Amino acid sequence: MYEITDLTKTYAAQGRTVRALDGVSLRIGAGELVSVQGPTGGGKSTLLQMLGAMDRPSSGTVVLDGTDLTTASDRVLAEVRARTIGFVFQGFNLIPTLTAQENVETALVPARVPGAERAERARAALASVGLGDRGHHLPVELSGGQQQRVAIARALVKNPAVLLADEPTGNLDEETRDEIVELLEGLWHDGLTVVMVTHDSAVARRAERRLRIAGGTVSELTPAART
Amino acid sequence: MFFTYLRRELRHRRRQTAVVAIGMAVAVALVMVVNSVSTGVSDAQDDVLDSVYGIGTDITVTQTGAPGDRAPGRFEVGAEDGEVGEDGSRAFAQNNVAVERGTASFDDDALTTVAQIDDVAATTGTLTLSSTTFSGEVPDTAALPEGADAGERGPGQGQGAAGGPDGAGGSAFSLDTFSVTGVDPGSDAVGPLTTVSLVDGRALGTDDSAAGDDGTPATVTVLDATYAASADLAVGDTVTVGDEDLEVIGTVGSTTGDGVATGSDAYVTLPLAQSLADLDGQLTDVYVQADSATAIDAVAEDISAALPEVTVSTQSDLASSVTGSLASASDLVSTLGLWLSVVVLVAAVGIAILLTVSGVTRRTRELGTLKALGWPGRRVVGQVAGESLVQGLLGGAVGLVLGLVAIAVVNALGITLSGTTGGFAIGGQERTGGGPGTGAAGGGPGAGAAGGGSGAGEAASGPFGNAVDQAAGAVDVVLHAPVSPTVVAIAIGIAVLGGLLAGIVGGARAARLRPAEALRSVA
Repeated sequence: MYEITDLTKTYAAQGRTVRALDGVSLRIGAGELVSVQGPTGGGKSTLLQMLGAMDRPSSGTVVLDGTDLTTASDRVLAEVRARTIGFVFQGFNLIPTLTAQENVETALVPARVPGAERAERARAALASVGLGDRGHHLPVELSGGQQQRVAIARALVKNPAVLLADEPTGNLDEETRDEIVELLEGLWHDGLTVVMVTHDSAVARRAERRLRIAGGTVSELTPAART
Repeated sequence: MFFTYLRRELRHRRRQTAVVAIGMAVAVALVMVVNSVSTGVSDAQDDVLDSVYGIGTDITVTQTGAPGDRAPGRFEVGAEDGEVGEDGSRAFAQNNVAVERGTASFDDDALTTVAQIDDVAATTGTLTLSSTTFSGEVPDTAALPEGADAGERGPGQGQGAAGGPDGAGGSAFSLDTFSVTGVDPGSDAVGPLTTVSLVDGRALGTDDSAAGDDGTPATVTVLDATYAASADLAVGDTVTVGDEDLEVIGTVGSTTGDGVATGSDAYVTLPLAQSLADLDGQLTDVYVQADSATAIDAVAEDISAALPEVTVSTQSDLASSVTGSLASASDLVSTLGLWLSVVVLVAAVGIAILLTVSGVTRRTRELGTLKALGWPGRRVVGQVAGESLVQGLLGGAVGLVLGLVAIAVVNALGITLSGTTGGFAIGGQERTGGGPGTGAAGGGPGAGAAGGGSGAGEAASGPFGNAVDQAAGAVDVVLHAPVSPTVVAIAIGIAVLGGLLAGIVGGARAARLRPAEALRSVA
């Protein structure tokens, strides 16, 4: 699935250069459930942005199913994000003025899915995360856990090849956290590749494969050496 | 999704939507009113020109009088002139008719020359005259102290005088001026008769040009109805022009509006006008209609080439010669109105852009999320631009209504503008001479003196404060600001362009957002 080779990303911040990723090489296979842990500023989110085709590295390559995301055009990257990658944000990132149903539908807009089919697939996605009766609610009318479920439904509705989750349980209480993790595990069991960044070791331990990133470098916490 | 998202966003940001829409509405309404009033003023100028020069006149040919061409009006009153009253006072009246000051007559061969020029559709010639009647009453000169003359008498020396209009030796004079235009009654395609309609009596006919057995013209005139009313004249009365008493056979009004004065106070046949002013074969104006609007400039150039001594004026030249409150309104609209519109428009669009950009900044995470979901940049830009466009259109719709109401109010006010193409002239006012200590008005050569005594001057002092009034050719026009499709198109166009401009600027900012912004905002 992912072939990451000598990946480096540097930022200019406050007059100095910050090396967020420093020569990362990594391979993630299809159907894996991978957790990425590490301290704040260690490069977790930057790595996820590279995997999610949202930013370009300073050097190195990221290849997703044969597509080099480092050299692809903006149009191709948008197409990859629209069809291949599902992304779950830590802060849910729902559009506050749209209902749960409409928020899920936004993920199908770039794929030009017709309106009726879009609505039907959004309803099904919401039902799959247990929110079949909450489609007409605005985000502000939903709990944190429900909002994260809507965000997961939005990521899943396009039937992506990989699900990238950035701190998916970061803003949730313990009970809700477990529900979300079970949901992600269920998706993994159904064959979806899942990569999640988390601070929570309890969550990370439930992953098949655990990575740690600190100072821009990645290390395996699980025995299987895949780099 | 586009319209759902757009509708929800605008409802969510009601205050911003209202501010942008109101700003745009004010700008649209202001531009509409300025444009409409400007058109109304322009139409009014056309009405004035039509009233003075006639409908369809593209070019006028005149000749400016050279300094000294025409001596100042001079009236010579002999000692025995006029009628003596019971108290010995002598009343007199004299009339002088000549071309108006500042103009000169030219040979009517010019009319033939112009008519033969290419692309000339119609021509007519007129002779415009100014008829001035000087009348007055002077005291009995025989009652004045023997051996004294006007120049020698000073204050206190006229105590014994008697007679005159005040009964104490004073004098009174009046000056009455009105315009007389000699026209060709058979020529109604172009010229002053095209905007004249009969009010009472009958119009001048071609027979009037040579009614006498010897081919002399009939001594008849048609008066402008407004002038006739002010001079208390009616059909059947007579007016004196030069040495002739003319019978009033009709009155006419202007076709450009009710109560609007025509271009002249009195109309006579061209041969009669030439005879009255002793200007046989002479004209003061030639009116020309070109075949088409595009031919006007070429025809004007050809006339100038054929008749180098005359002044050739096109409609646009004539429009700039309109003076009075109409010209003031035109200046006001074209300067203050235009700049006010521009300032408000720039401010409204500026506010719309600022608020749109501010909105995009606030929505960085939201728009970044959409890009992270795979929305192409153009789709995000389209969403932002669409929202701005709708805000602009809302403002445009409100502004359209506001503008229409404002234009209706302007029309309901019935603002009357006065315009004249002749500047200012003395006319139509009675003026009284004499005054305390002036030593009196001088008499004619060899006619002895006729002056008011200083001790009696108070009753005859003359109110010259309003001695100068606008020419009788001044035309009042009620301002009508039209609502044309152009005005509506301008309103909609401004709203669309303003909204699009704000949307493009805001959208460009949104387009520069990288999807990673969405993550950074929460990382």
